Amino acid sequence: MAKTQVSFNLNGAPVDVLVEPRELLIHVLREQLDQTGSHIGCETSHCGACTVDFNGESVKSCTLFAVQAQGAEVMTVEGLASNGELHPLQQAFMDEHGLQCGYCTPGMLMRSYRFLLENSDPSEIEIREGMSGNLCRCTGYQNIIKSIQKAATVINEAGRDEAKTA
Amino acid sequence: MAATAESLERKDKLEGIGCARKRKEDPRFIQGKGTYIDDIKLPGMVYGALVRSPHAHARIKSINKEKALALPGVITVLTADDLKPLSLHWMPTLGSDVQAVLADEKVGFQMQEVAMVIAEERYIAADGVELVEVEYEELPAIVDPHKSMDADAPIIREDLVGKDEVGHGKRLHDNHIFTWEAGDKDSTDAVFDSAEVTVKEEILNPRVHPCPLETCGCVGSFDKVKGQLTVYMTSQNPHLVRTVLAMLSGLPESKIRVVTNDIGGGFGNKVPVYPGYVVAIVASIVLGRPVKWIESRIENISTTGFARDYHGIGELAADKNGRIKALRFNVLADHGAFNSHVSATKWPAGLFSICTGSYDIPTAHVRVDAVYTNKAPGGVAYRCSLRVTEAVYLIERMIDILAQKLDIDKAEIRRRNFVQPDQFPYNTSLGWTVDSGNYEPALDKVLKAVDYEGLRKEQAEKRANGELMGIGISTFTEIVGAGPTKACDILGIGLFDSCEIRVNPTGSAIARMGTQTQGQGHETTYAQIIATELGIPSEQVQVEEGDTDKAPYGAGTWGSRSTPVGAAAVAKAARKIRDKARKIAAHLLEVSEDDLEWDIDQFKVKGVPDQARTMKEIAMAAYSNVPDGMENGLEAVDYYDPPNFTFPFGAYVCVVDIDPKTGEIKVRRFYALDDCGTRINDMIIDGQVHGGLTEAFAVAMGQLVDFDEDGNLLGNSLMDYFLPTTVETPHWETDYTVTPSPHHPLGAKGVAESPHVGGIPCFSNAVIDALSHLGVTHVDMPHTAHRIWKKLHELGASK
Amino acid sequence: MIPPSFQYHAPGSVDDAVALLSQYGDEAKLLAGGHSLLPMMKLRFAEPEHLVDINNIESLKGIREDNGDIVIGAMTSENALINSALLQEKCPLLPEAARLIADPQVRNRGTIGGDIAHGDPANDHPAIMMALDATFTLVGPSGSRQVAATDFYLGTFYTALEADEILTEIGFAPQSPNTGASYHKLKRKTGDFATAAAAAVVEMSGETCKTARIALTNLGPTALRASDAEAVLAGQVITDDLIDQAAQKAMETCDPAEDLRGDAEYKTHMGGEMTRRAIRTAVKRAKG
Repeated sequence: MAKTQVSFNLNGAPVDVLVEPRELLIHVLREQLDQTGSHIGCETSHCGACTVDFNGESVKSCTLFAVQAQGAEVMTVEGLASNGELHPLQQAFMDEHGLQCGYCTPGMLMRSYRFLLENSDPSEIEIREGMSGNLCRCTGYQNIIKSIQKAATVINEAGRDEAKTA
Repeated sequence: MAATAESLERKDKLEGIGCARKRKEDPRFIQGKGTYIDDIKLPGMVYGALVRSPHAHARIKSINKEKALALPGVITVLTADDLKPLSLHWMPTLGSDVQAVLADEKVGFQMQEVAMVIAEERYIAADGVELVEVEYEELPAIVDPHKSMDADAPIIREDLVGKDEVGHGKRLHDNHIFTWEAGDKDSTDAVFDSAEVTVKEEILNPRVHPCPLETCGCVGSFDKVKGQLTVYMTSQNPHLVRTVLAMLSGLPESKIRVVTNDIGGGFGNKVPVYPGYVVAIVASIVLGRPVKWIESRIENISTTGFARDYHGIGELAADKNGRIKALRFNVLADHGAFNSHVSATKWPAGLFSICTGSYDIPTAHVRVDAVYTNKAPGGVAYRCSLRVTEAVYLIERMIDILAQKLDIDKAEIRRRNFVQPDQFPYNTSLGWTVDSGNYEPALDKVLKAVDYEGLRKEQAEKRANGELMGIGISTFTEIVGAGPTKACDILGIGLFDSCEIRVNPTGSAIARMGTQTQGQGHETTYAQIIATELGIPSEQVQVEEGDTDKAPYGAGTWGSRSTPVGAAAVAKAARKIRDKARKIAAHLLEVSEDDLEWDIDQFKVKGVPDQARTMKEIAMAAYSNVPDGMENGLEAVDYYDPPNFTFPFGAYVCVVDIDPKTGEIKVRRFYALDDCGTRINDMIIDGQVHGGLTEAFAVAMGQLVDFDEDGNLLGNSLMDYFLPTTVETPHWETDYTVTPSPHHPLGAKGVAESPHVGGIPCFSNAVIDALSHLGVTHVDMPHTAHRIWKKLHELGASK
Repeated sequence: MIPPSFQYHAPGSVDDAVALLSQYGDEAKLLAGGHSLLPMMKLRFAEPEHLVDINNIESLKGIREDNGDIVIGAMTSENALINSALLQEKCPLLPEAARLIADPQVRNRGTIGGDIAHGDPANDHPAIMMALDATFTLVGPSGSRQVAATDFYLGTFYTALEADEILTEIGFAPQSPNTGASYHKLKRKTGDFATAAAAAVVEMSGETCKTARIALTNLGPTALRASDAEAVLAGQVITDDLIDQAAQKAMETCDPAEDLRGDAEYKTHMGGEMTRRAIRTAVKRAKG
């Protein structure tokens, strides 16, 4: 099958790939672009380990063809830290033991990143519902929720501090 | 010596045992820089994909590779015929059976491996699979293990016809694997015959699957020039795999390297050697190119080691006060088409005989009959401590059933039967010596925390109102830490474990073990142990596992054995180093060894505390200034053969509310108290408890690997196989007591499987307790809304 | 895990999309949200030779009012439905139902049009559309036509949509005053398809029901309009007994397939119970 060129922004930098139409975005990210942080845990779009930020929305990259990413803004876990500084979510997951084997973690981080941008002061129930597209087998979710709550607090305080100095 | 502020500060700096320090392994995971099997990319690497049988039982009439081979990018298609000349079409299992690597003339379960397509690219390999044409002649399938030993049952293992034994004693039928017994049948039967009260119940541990988030896979890479085989693999036990590969391939073990890197969850799923690994490795040797094989989720659930499938009949004999006099458990074990699960040679039913639990039961007899069926092979997996999940489920259910029959409170009946503190070490009637335990205070603590009396009152009120509320209790003792080499081995290899520590001149250390973490935090917890033993901050102790070229030999991580066995080796290796360090310190301080005492991170001269040398100073001296006759260096290796298993225990309570109109169950509260002896890191222990309880919840409430009558799998994707999300998963409350293991160097027992072992019967007991006033003594898992509603509807209680 | 090969087309207009469908007929499938199609392709249950990606057709997106009716573009995502202030105000049933579909990530891509047009009896929007008396606009080579939701579903995975047509819009009247609506969905876990679900839209006049529309999800070969149940309520004073009778009628409408979610007896009873709950909630909301 003839390949087609796809260009998009990945973690703030432009990339070009040559793909067959059937190539899934998750495979192109992991193999052509060497960003192996996003993971594959199923083939029925349930587990969420492949979650990335796609044009400002949380999307399962296993359920998108790479050709659909033409012109898109894509962010993966590799792009979460900025200027060498970890995102508050990354720090919070470490502080609150929100990971064990680490396999679901990139998906959890990318989903919670967008979730907190959509809902900056969520209740526990809202967090549970907001994260219901990401499966974990190790943690029982409890510390993941604590991590997200901690990150929300840190982000909101930083926001308040910034507002004060603005 | 009283702790001073100064010494506390020194201790805190170490972040050793007892410190809930953050994990050392986290930085790479939160940045997406872990190295899991599918992240491995080697030059020239090609991809393997398996062709699998659509039928549960069939003869293979022909395999046509033509179309597949004609697809551009397909390199080769391997079948059993291609493996025959290498005698690799069959392989030994960890259960002393043999298993077809690629189906040899017949298939015995749906999705059994028939051929592997090797192609330049993953996508082409998948296309190639569709083009391999296999002609089958279907045979009748055995799905119900109760039918396996029928006189007219079709023979599943034609390769075993005429074989008297498959590793574990005489076979009574072509589909029979073994019969295993423990205890005293005659005296047990006698007690039952004259007992005041007996209870009997059929109790199923349904077939489920561990389903870690990462599936299994490997990259086999053979260097033709050096004659060296390197295998990257999802394996919980890389050394055992290396030995098996040496046996299979004929390569010397010194030319084989198995590397595991990061594993995305194991739970026992990554213990066996699967056909996909073997074919990929063979292909890499034959082709001289690295071959990657990664299975899909459906392949994982359908063909890798399932768990349980134990069909039990439980019986207890007691007096009218609920004091148990005898236990009789008979189990029909469905192992699938091959006996592939890890089995210590003398223990083909694992550690099932721990089923007397936390109770003082004077006589017992258990019998397990294992049979083949036309289903995927397995049985021991999924946080089971080797069949301990099945054992504890049976006893915890049966004691509730006895309580219901006698109308004795379910907490009270347990008190009446607990092994008492003064009975330890306690010899169970099935042959185990339980080294320590303190059951009643644990139960008391938990009941107080949940206001048990208040809950029973509330339940009575709700019942009067037609509402369904249940309280489940589980007071479990389990057995982990396989194990003493005189008691158990796998393929002849003892179940010791090992640790090698090397301290650098500048005072940091590197340590390697024969265990293999899959998320349990070994890089942190082992470093914490070394920190406390050697006075080196855990932050400066580098821990590595999983490269058989570097790590000393071990049996890996399964059955919660890392802490009981691995951590013991760590402590002992560290103590060997400290013994040498003492000698060096004595030399440096010009005193005798007896004049020194160890204080957190330094040796001090007794009575002259400012005469001291820190471990850091001693480390440098080890390379520059050692006493006459002593070798330089500061390192040690310990191979630890545990004198016994360990026996963690716990007390759990679960409160559920059931909606009679839909059968839906809501877990209102779950309180878990665990006693794992000495606690290395509270944060990590709690994480293990949360995870084990969540998997227990999944098993009890919804997981099932099911088949239709032709052996076709039902519900083998995540559409149907129940993995709870954040929404379903209850909130977990954790608590603990500490009863150290008397024989373990640190007093630690291991904990990761306890919440699963103790959690499953706790959920079940709660659900059944909610229905007990309607006369229900038992309902099998999974407790789906559908099944509960059907039961209620049958009882006229579904409105 | 690996989909089969196909030729990919990404038309920029409805006309171009229709032209492609006419050209390729049965060999083509539309790519909307893709969260029903891609899993099927990855398991090789669907192997279309041509995929027509309509995600770039802006005219297919959006929620607006038109002549008093609410009109929703077929390519509007589930999350857009949930976040729409207009819908929350004028047709809260729709965001309520959308919230119960799949999970947050899927809802960013899944579209109302895809959910409606797939013909899967397990999808939620068909019953909602029946309960709203919605009309679908279908555009083909010979122009556009309107089909009522209640006439659209002909069988399992079989709708009135021809192979060369595209569903472009969904239209329905906003919720009238004194009306309450609700969707109750029983499922094995969050994100699952319905074991049984019922939508109820009830217009009240005091204690009396003026009109009722009740529709059921995953209880038959297609979504079902429970007209007999509606007839029980219409013009009557609402009592618990009456609601129960309506639920019984709804149960008689059910003809569910036995599967891993339950057997026919369970699903039918659950259809009744979801109907009961949907009516109760709708009535409560109608009374304010």
